[in-house]
Amino acid sequence: MSDTVETVDYTEMWEGLGLNVPAHCALLKAIGPAYESVYLSQENRPEGMGYFDFVMSEIHGLRIQELQDHKADGGTVIGTFCVYVPEEIIRALGGQSIGLCAGAEWAFPEVEQVLPRNTCALIKSFMGFKLGKVCPYIESADLVVGETTCDGKKKAYEVLGELHNTHVMELPQMKRPEDRALWRAEIDRLVAELERLSGRTLQADALTAAITEVNDKRRALQRLNAARAAAAAPISGKDALLAVQVAFYDDVPRLTQMVNAIADELEARIEAGVSVAPADAKRILITGSPMAIPNWKVHHIVESAGGVVVAEELCTGSRYYDTLVPEDGGTIEEMLDAITDKYLGVNCACFTPNEARVDDIVRMAEEYGADGVIHYALQFCGPYQFEGFTVEKALREAGIPVLKIETDYSMEDAGQLSTRVEAFLEML
Amino acid sequence: MRVLGLDIGSRTVDAVWLEDGRVVDWAVADSGFDPGSAAAVLVDRGAHDLLVSTGYGRHAARERFGGSVVTEITAYGRGASALFPDARAVLDIGGQDTKVIALGEQGRVADFEMNDKCAAGTGKFLEVMARALGYGLSEMAEAALAADRGVAISSMCTVFAESEVTGLVHRGEDRARIARGLHDAIATRTLGSLKRIAAGGPLVFAGGVARNPAMVALVTGGFEGDVLVPAEAQIVGAYGAALSVED
Repeated sequence: MSDTVETVDYTEMWEGLGLNVPAHCALLKAIGPAYESVYLSQENRPEGMGYFDFVMSEIHGLRIQELQDHKADGGTVIGTFCVYVPEEIIRALGGQSIGLCAGAEWAFPEVEQVLPRNTCALIKSFMGFKLGKVCPYIESADLVVGETTCDGKKKAYEVLGELHNTHVMELPQMKRPEDRALWRAEIDRLVAELERLSGRTLQADALTAAITEVNDKRRALQRLNAARAAAAAPISGKDALLAVQVAFYDDVPRLTQMVNAIADELEARIEAGVSVAPADAKRILITGSPMAIPNWKVHHIVESAGGVVVAEELCTGSRYYDTLVPEDGGTIEEMLDAITDKYLGVNCACFTPNEARVDDIVRMAEEYGADGVIHYALQFCGPYQFEGFTVEKALREAGIPVLKIETDYSMEDAGQLSTRVEAFLEML
Repeated sequence: MRVLGLDIGSRTVDAVWLEDGRVVDWAVADSGFDPGSAAAVLVDRGAHDLLVSTGYGRHAARERFGGSVVTEITAYGRGASALFPDARAVLDIGGQDTKVIALGEQGRVADFEMNDKCAAGTGKFLEVMARALGYGLSEMAEAALAADRGVAISSMCTVFAESEVTGLVHRGEDRARIARGLHDAIATRTLGSLKRIAAGGPLVFAGGVARNPAMVALVTGGFEGDVLVPAEAQIVGAYGAALSVED
């Protein structure tokens, strides 16, 4: 970003990955200004966010170079789209887990040749990045691990499977003992697949270390997010969201260290009463469909309208970092049992029933002192669109104001969304 | 103190001047392709001490003329309850949006619904349909009102409904019945929204489409409580925006 930083030319690396370099340049040219206007225009940001500014400026550069170096050292790169894919197992087998690009409209006309138009923007986006050859992450991935969290993804992975090495985990949609047994078997299948891919065998000490490392990342994110419960918001919702989004693909120990540094700063800000929002800013909890980078649409609208987002009950939010894998060690089998239970404990809308998600939202609204909740569903994201009704009803019964939004990645509804969000804030 | 409330909507720009809370002047102009300039003409008409903008162009208006902004939802709630203190709900069908507002104490917005994305079932929708049927706007409303029954219209999307209307015309359906069907479709949808968040009323029906006698008749006929239509339904937003300075 700064003139003093030497700009590295990554063109050769991108060509080597088979990217469509001119199209990729156009993508980067769009992301830079978007990040500037959404992020760098904010005032009084924590200094630690400088790390994320740097990461974003190198989103397809330095991090991709690191992944190539990691592969050259014999490691693997595993692409994922979901919080259910166990990062611990990937790391224990010498892999780096990378959340793949799915947050921007790209090559949708091409996507609509292979997927129905009425598919959610997230799925269309990852397919667009693949078809358009503009995502260096997926092109670096030795394997994409998919999961059956919704019909759209499930069927899209069949198409992706023709273009890329893909392994799909069957995520059960209920949480009974027999479903747990299925998921446990899927964990074993993943281990076998990754052992085959990496040529390594899963070792207990490596798994123990990976569990601790990934838990440390979650603990750091828990600390950062706990600070947002303070009456004077020490960080914007946009910045907190970005930290989680980046956590999906950044180097784990480094990210942990950087997030902890921000948490230190936020804790000091709380002591000193420093806030990024006026004292009377309305506090909003956002729940619903995942927000992949660079999808900052709803947060940006809320915070441009004078509100402050204090928590996310999202896969790019609490569902990502809220629960830990127990660290009591034991045999590989015992650790895989613990991993099975931890991941099955996530309350995604693909499960039925899924009352625990509603409990999570109500509890978080209280913990974070939210004045209102925005339920955000991507258009055509069936599971969250359906649960929007359940959540709305439960929140009304709990006396918590709620605004339901259905949208996608386009800006055509920005005017109407702003009006609705502003009116919601005025109402609170 | 003289307060100017400005409502820059998709079809019209409305201005209301208040002196100590009483209306001293008001004006309406077409938004046209340059709503900022249309608003400037109105702003220049008279002096004001404070200005509050609402409607689609509210943020642009604040940049151009200063003052503050309030959403049309809050403004309509405020304006409607000042005109009718007993009102418990507001229906505002404008050029591009439909809003249903539940009112709490002192005209405060307790809840609201608004269309998401397109201009389904709004003033713009009626304009497009009138053109497809070869009617003027008020001519279509009169025909709809006079029709013995309506033809069922399944789509509220302006583009799909236009195709549907074209299909009906080619099948030889009576155009007055098609017009009635279009009004029925909007009324049914609107009444559903009212039932969800603001059943009972009294309901204030405001916005440009409240000047359409067929819509007024259908909403009144289908709503459980009283329906009140202000004499100048179009300027309720500008009026409410001006009143909001007191809050």
